[in-house]
Amino acid sequence: MSTHDPGGIGAGGEHGDEHLAASGRADSSRADLYMPGAVLEEPAIVDVAEVRPELANPDLVDAMVAPDRTVRAKVGEPLLQMENVTVQFGGLVALDDVTFEIRRGEILGLIGPNGAGKTTAFNAMTGVYRPTKGQVVFDGTPVGKLKRYRITQRGIARTFQNIRLFNEMTALENVVVGSDARHRTSVPGALFRTPRHRREERDAIDRAMALLEFVGVGGRATEKARNLSYGDQRRLEIARALATEPKLLCLDEPAAGFNPAEKEALMDLIRHIRDDGYTVLLIEHDMRLVRGVTDRIVVLEFGRVIADGTPDEVTNDPKVIAAYLGVPDEELAAAEGGTGADAPAAPTTEGGSGDASA
Amino acid sequence: MSTSTPAPQPSSSGAPTSMPPAGRVATKDRPHGGVGDRLRLWWDALPRPTQWLVGVPFVLFMALVPILNIPVLTTVGTNFGGVMAQFGMIALIAIGLNVVVGQAGLLDLGYVGFYAIGAYTVAILTSPDSPWNQAGEGHWLGREWAWLAALPVAIAITSLSGLILGSPTLRLRGDYLAIVTLGFGEIVRLLADNLDELTGGGQGLRGVAYPRLGVTEDLPNGVFSAGNAAGTLNSGVWWYWLSLVFIVISLLFVGNLERSRVGRAWVAIREDEDAAEIMGVPTFRFKLWAFVIGASIGGVAGALYAGQVQFVIPTNFNVINSVLFLCAVVLGGQGNKLGVILGAFIIVYVPNFFLGRTELFGIPINGNEIASYRYLFFGLALVVLMIFRPQGLIPVRQKLLTYGRELYVAARRSAHVVAPRGGSDGGARPGTPAVATASGGAGGAAPVAGGPTADGPGTARSTTNEEETR
Repeated sequence: MSTHDPGGIGAGGEHGDEHLAASGRADSSRADLYMPGAVLEEPAIVDVAEVRPELANPDLVDAMVAPDRTVRAKVGEPLLQMENVTVQFGGLVALDDVTFEIRRGEILGLIGPNGAGKTTAFNAMTGVYRPTKGQVVFDGTPVGKLKRYRITQRGIARTFQNIRLFNEMTALENVVVGSDARHRTSVPGALFRTPRHRREERDAIDRAMALLEFVGVGGRATEKARNLSYGDQRRLEIARALATEPKLLCLDEPAAGFNPAEKEALMDLIRHIRDDGYTVLLIEHDMRLVRGVTDRIVVLEFGRVIADGTPDEVTNDPKVIAAYLGVPDEELAAAEGGTGADAPAAPTTEGGSGDASA
Repeated sequence: MSTSTPAPQPSSSGAPTSMPPAGRVATKDRPHGGVGDRLRLWWDALPRPTQWLVGVPFVLFMALVPILNIPVLTTVGTNFGGVMAQFGMIALIAIGLNVVVGQAGLLDLGYVGFYAIGAYTVAILTSPDSPWNQAGEGHWLGREWAWLAALPVAIAITSLSGLILGSPTLRLRGDYLAIVTLGFGEIVRLLADNLDELTGGGQGLRGVAYPRLGVTEDLPNGVFSAGNAAGTLNSGVWWYWLSLVFIVISLLFVGNLERSRVGRAWVAIREDEDAAEIMGVPTFRFKLWAFVIGASIGGVAGALYAGQVQFVIPTNFNVINSVLFLCAVVLGGQGNKLGVILGAFIIVYVPNFFLGRTELFGIPINGNEIASYRYLFFGLALVVLMIFRPQGLIPVRQKLLTYGRELYVAARRSAHVVAPRGGSDGGARPGTPAVATASGGAGGAAPVAGGPTADGPGTARSTTNEEETR
């Protein structure tokens, strides 16, 4: 992902992957900066406890981060329902009649091999793509043709597979952009600095600092997003999404590029987010991470739901094992003999994964 | 912007194969702690009242520049007051264009259209040549106040034109938007050229009203009239002062916007429009606002222009002017309000500086010749600038929060505590342990755990090399 649009128009998106690919090199260049003689402005570290003493208390941070909005669905009831959602790109069916639900207060894992349609499902929920057929119902009302920012304002927030922060803004400002989703000041209010504007600004900063502390990058609040380390950028994305006070937080491969220790820390963070009153949808590749943190798992393969259940159920499901590990050739032959009369789609699905493993 | 963020320099640009950092213009790696950075740090750390104590005298000094007759600075071939008046107008334009181009990142090549609309609105309302003239004998506006009365109308109409231009075109992005706006600028000029009954066509409109103040026996038309051409306190100086007033007002307004939800939305759109939309920013609405605000400031400049020269013709609103305005913004530093004012000054002042000069520091030169090649020199200057300082003369570092200054000050202070120690050893030093416990402890189960997210400043720096190489 080394393609860059220097003009910054519509670009900036591929930053995360660039970082992945270049992490070694980035480090070495960093090292140059630390060489004796290199004039380096020190990274800005905010002594959070000194500036905001209240943030030294983790319980208080949790309380400030907790969502403060009414959700119609009760805990355990469906918050978001995908109802027979089909998404087509020309002839390609990326999602085929997908139905599942996310219940309030749970961590739902959405997994599947590469190209299974996880991110498409995600984009269908967050309004990036409109379903060709079917509908997405969020907290009792269909998402329909709402604008993307409206969907966010109504309570679905997401992070990106390839980090897409606002690089020239500081970490704090990035998070405040998130909280702005819940604010209503527009140009007249800001021009004349109305009381509402000032109140919103104050609240936004308080909450944003709490959020940064919550995800663990509070000390870097005044650092530009682009200067944060890769792990911190991922955390900052989560903080920015949480700032919109979502009813549903969608994380798109948040652990991509993490080492096991970082993955562990991320799992803790995700659980902590849920315990603080959020509902989480987690798209992940890494079965171990998903199994460790989720309450329920939905497995997609070739745009279809092939399994839906608790982590144990799902990981023991032969179809899931086949999708992930492939099927031995003899079984495949037997399966083809058995299902040969079925729809022509069947061989493609199973044959595809079989080939991949062979 | 922030007090101690290490400037727009990416960590990756030192490596041989590195790519430009995602985002805007590929900022060249530049050393830190330069004079500009120091100055900015010093300024940011000053308390608000002190900043005002410095800022107000500075503005007053700027106001006095044209009457102080500073030896080398004062122009020879043209009236210095007139040059400053022109600078004031272009500075206003640069501030308006900066909202659109610098802050919201929308490339507008037709900005001269708004300038023209502002100028023509005033002219049509107050010129005796115009069929819709409202000023003078037998009309309901007196000559004295006609200009001032036409000004809000001009602002309203340019804002409206911004809205009209923006609502269909802001769905486009990047190059396409630039082309459409380029077309808009031409359309406005061609309309002015061809609507003969209303705009006087190529003949233009004469006798545009201007504020009639300070009428004396010597100056029967007041200090703002073009007749006030002699002496130090000529009409150019008065128009310069008037534009300074508008510059200060628009700087305050634009500054308020910048440090609010609106300014953050603009920068977010500039950085990554899709991500901004998905984070709940109504991108289209705020892009439209940027256009409308930019347009209205351009309208004010147009009204000032029409009043000052008392005569508008279409040839003054060429596309080349749009490019020149853009040049001021890029030269000064996109997104930086003071930078673009500096850019405007250079664009206006430098050609006039050479005009009529026959020698410079003892070296004989043909100033008029140099001045007539100004576009060539601006082009060269831009090329050189793009190579050595793509972010402009005064690079942007915006403040996007109304409050929270104390955070930046604290960050700066801690950076200062740490700075002299170098980056070799660990983080156990005064001031830093508190950080580590604060962010480590407060996050509870969440945060640092392992790996390169280590939080103490010292540790972060000294361990980056080992730990991030995975």
